[in-house]
Amino acid sequence: MSQPFLRIKNLEICVPGAGGKPRPIVQDIELTLEKGQVLALIGESGSGKTTIALSMMGYARSGCSFTKGSVVVDGTNMLDLTFEQRRHLRGNKIAYIPQSAAASFNPAFRLIDQITESARIHGTMTRPEAAAKARALFAELGLPDPDRIGERYPHEVSGGQLQRMIAAMAMLNDPALIILDEPTTALDVTTQIEVLRAFKRMVQNHHATAVYVSHDLAVVAQMADKIAVLKDGTLQEVDETGHLLSSPSAAYTRELLAAAEPHERAKLGDTSSIRPLVEVRDLNAGYGAIKNNTATFPIVHDVSFDIAPGEIVGVIGESGSGKSTLARVLAGIHPASKGRMTIEGEDIGLQGKARSKERRQAVQMVFQMADTALNPAQTIHQLLRRPLDFYDIGDKSRRDARVFELMDLVQIPRSAAGRRPGELSGGQKQRVNLARAVAAEPKLLLCDEVTSALDTIVASSVLNLLTDLRHEFGLAMLFISHDLGTVSAICDQVMVMYRGRIVTKAAPQNLTHPPVSPYTEMLIRSVPQLRPGWLEEAEQGMPALREAVARL
Amino acid sequence: MSSPAENRLISAFRFSPAAIISLAIILFWTAIAIIGPWIAPHSPGRIVDFDVFGPMSASFPAGSDYMGRDMLSRIIVGTRYTVGISVTATLIASFVGTFLGLFAAVSGGAVDSVLSRAMDTLISLPSTIFALVIVAGLGSSIPVLIGASAFLYTPGIYRVARAVALTIVVQDFVTAARARGEGKLYIMLREVLPNMLPPVLTDFGVRFVYIMLLISGLGFLGLGVQPPEVDWGTLVYENLAGVGLGAPAAFLPAFCVVSLALAVNLFLDSIGDRAKAGSSEL
Repeated sequence: MSQPFLRIKNLEICVPGAGGKPRPIVQDIELTLEKGQVLALIGESGSGKTTIALSMMGYARSGCSFTKGSVVVDGTNMLDLTFEQRRHLRGNKIAYIPQSAAASFNPAFRLIDQITESARIHGTMTRPEAAAKARALFAELGLPDPDRIGERYPHEVSGGQLQRMIAAMAMLNDPALIILDEPTTALDVTTQIEVLRAFKRMVQNHHATAVYVSHDLAVVAQMADKIAVLKDGTLQEVDETGHLLSSPSAAYTRELLAAAEPHERAKLGDTSSIRPLVEVRDLNAGYGAIKNNTATFPIVHDVSFDIAPGEIVGVIGESGSGKSTLARVLAGIHPASKGRMTIEGEDIGLQGKARSKERRQAVQMVFQMADTALNPAQTIHQLLRRPLDFYDIGDKSRRDARVFELMDLVQIPRSAAGRRPGELSGGQKQRVNLARAVAAEPKLLLCDEVTSALDTIVASSVLNLLTDLRHEFGLAMLFISHDLGTVSAICDQVMVMYRGRIVTKAAPQNLTHPPVSPYTEMLIRSVPQLRPGWLEEAEQGMPALREAVARL
Repeated sequence: MSSPAENRLISAFRFSPAAIISLAIILFWTAIAIIGPWIAPHSPGRIVDFDVFGPMSASFPAGSDYMGRDMLSRIIVGTRYTVGISVTATLIASFVGTFLGLFAAVSGGAVDSVLSRAMDTLISLPSTIFALVIVAGLGSSIPVLIGASAFLYTPGIYRVARAVALTIVVQDFVTAARARGEGKLYIMLREVLPNMLPPVLTDFGVRFVYIMLLISGLGFLGLGVQPPEVDWGTLVYENLAGVGLGAPAAFLPAFCVVSLALAVNLFLDSIGDRAKAGSSEL
């Protein structure tokens, strides 16, 4: 049998642990990859997927060291090379496409100069040759105006275009191995599908050997021939994509597949006959000075909706669509230029006039990043006790007991009361964040992307908790997300936001029924589905839809 | 349960010899400043030696000064003034500067602009010359020395505190407190201040050194602590004539100033690295 193109044998990578003893973060990794194939590394954050991908370039992040095993790429053990030898391979024979293209380009130089840099460094092509090749790659990647787009600066192109530019940079020297590290994770779904399509075409045209790192099974299913599932630095299972998805053997893979499947929570049913708890009418907001009820830079336009007691209304839209601004206005952090919100018939005041304490208490917001939303200097007990003291909720002597009840409610062990947020896991922090908002006993809870920073399985538990809360307290909830799957799973009504307007308002199961706005249709079609071949299917008819959306 | 911050501090002491030595020097001078008058072998004002600018000897370990007084006693007693004035002035400057910086950062807008421009105006004045003017105008006394140096170093502390606070007030937990309807004072003291302590404490040490050097400099110019009291700067000034004679009286007080300034700087450097390494968790 001939030697496979890539062979990782018994790989172990360590970080210095307690007392200077090395602690493995990745161990017993055995992987092979044939030329012209795409291998996906999938797992949650901390599973070691990026660490393994970087080892294929002979690179270990600072503090990490290779302690065992070998990584042989095309007959060369990457771990034995000197720094100079590795430098010669990187960007030349092995290319790396990072998650954030925006962070990888220097804003001060033209794109074409940065893209052709690797050819100049490695001396593979003259400058005009490299530039001509880059333009051909731009065309291949579906970038508009491929002959001139390279003359622009990084801020002059969109995020999805920039990500494709990075791919062009990686492909320039015809690398034997391409490593793609979550290359579409930072993009909106409608952009992601374009970029995925471009990447896939490129990989196919060049018969490239690639390693695709992602946490998203549905994306990986489109790209990879072979999937390796990782958990806590160990390999759970490696299999052909189709086989792994249809008959997973490892328990963890089954868990991942189940979590990726939208798990429907109990819904309220028809709420149109119930008197709404929250009414928002004609809300407009933006940034800059407000004149004649209009902000200098308007963001949110004429938003109106109702929420019944116990109802969860979802807001979905891409970044920049105004959904977070909407939440901030409702929370009283940002003034509206126009419009009103009433809760149980009482006007809450959105125009930035000091909102009274009672009205603030009625509306609580759960922030996206639990890491920054909890004061790192306060203990969990202090964090949860403060809303009780501040809003004067319940009898003083009962408040400590109430803090523990809240901790029980969000399933944080009572022993954690004295800890600070830095000592909790991401999922636990988000639950504390939620508990703090619930502690104020609000009538309306605003959840801004509360599960976006969490891994699938942890996110699922937070969604369960939200569903329990609304049943228990009859809370009205506004659930903001960019992820259609999450929104459909827990919301009774979904509002699709595009450029600050609500373009579609429907129950989640009705979102696919016409008539809906072309944007909504495009959004729904862009959400990756967990079956190979979806990407090609979804691309059918997409160009026409994009044009329709552009006319909106 | 010990917090990560405490662990960091403990490991700082455990691993850096420079930190241990400099901390020992700092503690030594602190102890001398406190118990000085009781351990001084002679009264600092009494002429005890027939020789002036006497060399180090068994009876006068630090030699004698230009009038034949015991240098060791004078240095020991002077410690209290140099260290005491510097610490008091630094404390006042730190409290005022940190509070104003915090207030400006949390208030934002016009309040921030007015305060910051006022502080910029003060920063633009050269500190030693301005201190000279104040002390010369009001006459030198301990309260004037404390007041002048605190006043001069408040703007620098304000700048640092405001810059640190600005990075914290934009964090979500402060926004969350605002959304809850919390008052300005609560946000300043409970949400922001605890998260800015490491840089502010480091700054405290740096400013202490600056102020000590300023006080010593004024003493050297004869505008420091007035007789019969002495501080290190005044001691250098008094015994300047001894430099040509190689008298220990001329050098030892200067050495004291240098030892404490270096110790504080070294100590801050060795814990500063660790504070920086840990600050990313915020």
